[in-house]
Amino acid sequence: MISKVVNDADEAVIDIPNNAVLMLGGFGLCGIPENCISALLKTGVTGLTCISNNAGVDDFGIGLMLKTRQVKKMISSYVGENAEFERQLLAGELEVDLIPQGTLAERIRAGGAGIPAFFTPAGYGTEVAEGKEVREFHGKQYLMESWLRSDFSIVKAWKGDTAGNLIFKGTARNFNPMMAAAGKVTIAEVEELVPLGELDPNEIHTPGIYVQRIFKGSDYEKRIEQRTVSN
Amino acid sequence: MLDKVGIAKRIAQEVRDGWYINLGIGIPTLVANYIPDNINVVLQSENGLLGIGPFPTEEKVDADLINAGKQTVSMMPGSVLFDSSESFGMIRGGHVDLTILGAMEVSENGDISNWKIPGKMVKGMGGAMDLVASADNIIVAMQHRSRSGDSKLLKECTLPITGIKCVKKIVTDLAVLDILPQGGFQLIERAPGVSVEEIENATAGKLIVDGDIPEMKI
Repeated sequence: MISKVVNDADEAVIDIPNNAVLMLGGFGLCGIPENCISALLKTGVTGLTCISNNAGVDDFGIGLMLKTRQVKKMISSYVGENAEFERQLLAGELEVDLIPQGTLAERIRAGGAGIPAFFTPAGYGTEVAEGKEVREFHGKQYLMESWLRSDFSIVKAWKGDTAGNLIFKGTARNFNPMMAAAGKVTIAEVEELVPLGELDPNEIHTPGIYVQRIFKGSDYEKRIEQRTVSN
Repeated sequence: MLDKVGIAKRIAQEVRDGWYINLGIGIPTLVANYIPDNINVVLQSENGLLGIGPFPTEEKVDADLINAGKQTVSMMPGSVLFDSSESFGMIRGGHVDLTILGAMEVSENGDISNWKIPGKMVKGMGGAMDLVASADNIIVAMQHRSRSGDSKLLKECTLPITGIKCVKKIVTDLAVLDILPQGGFQLIERAPGVSVEEIENATAGKLIVDGDIPEMKI
């Protein structure tokens, strides 16, 4: 099998062009591709559309790419943790599409699974429904929503092998598996990169067919937004 | 009148053994602390966890294990992890028995507003629209009036809507109310020390009062 391994994040993102549509995995700061975000800051690519559940915080995650003005548009479900985001939005410097979280997840899943549209009840009767086809099924109203696909999907996994098979840890899985499938090119950064045969096929979450490039990340900070402990 | 803990305690009385429950941020999260020991429920976190455990001890904090409020949590025997589309599949598919969430306004026909205040920063709806559009059993935890004293139980919501005709029960600092299928807030219980007249004065939408209204037992 052809190895999909690249050396590092710099090599993985080198050909991402201006104005690309990216998907970036993560929920809050949990399960975000830290290494590739750092590499994108270095390439200086601009005009990006970023599809990601959240937009990071001011000094971490996608928030870093907002600060450097590399993002033209965010497609997210919740963006409340970021003051620079708010400033750019109110100043008209950033476009934002807010989408119900389950609809966002399903639109990405549909993109990877080749389903161009589907019906969901979320948002019916709200401003989310504006301009969308409504249809009744079994006495309930549903909105038609379309798939989302990306030029590059950038995901973070716990373990991966050289064929791009991935295993996630804890709630760091979140949007990563669907995004992996919805990218024309999918880049996976992993904490542990192992040879073929070391991952138990029963336990693989994302089959390598969806992954084109994989590398072992380094220096994960894994910042915590709300550290809550019990005594 | 109830404080936030009182509202959480009263909502905890609605919980039944064996239920799968999604708790929103704020007062709903507190409900977990007051579910009786003989009632076993499984808490769902929409970022991909069924079986939310208590907050971890300092040594066991794991950045890869958080709830939907981005707080560090733990798992319990029987906990299970999944991705976001599976998580909302559970919600949309009607597999979650009870959803408890906060609200800025509720209307007498069960509409809810809780995601956006025009002119202020828009943070996004997160999973709220999916939850309210899908759940059969939604309890809202909220203050009966705004800080300036205006009723938040209205004929029609004034803020952008999160979902329509979805709320079935409301627990406020003043009362427990059911929303009737034909519309209207039916008064079920009064908070300790609160009169029916006070609740009438605090409710802008249609309030239905049938017979004697008992006081809550907290």
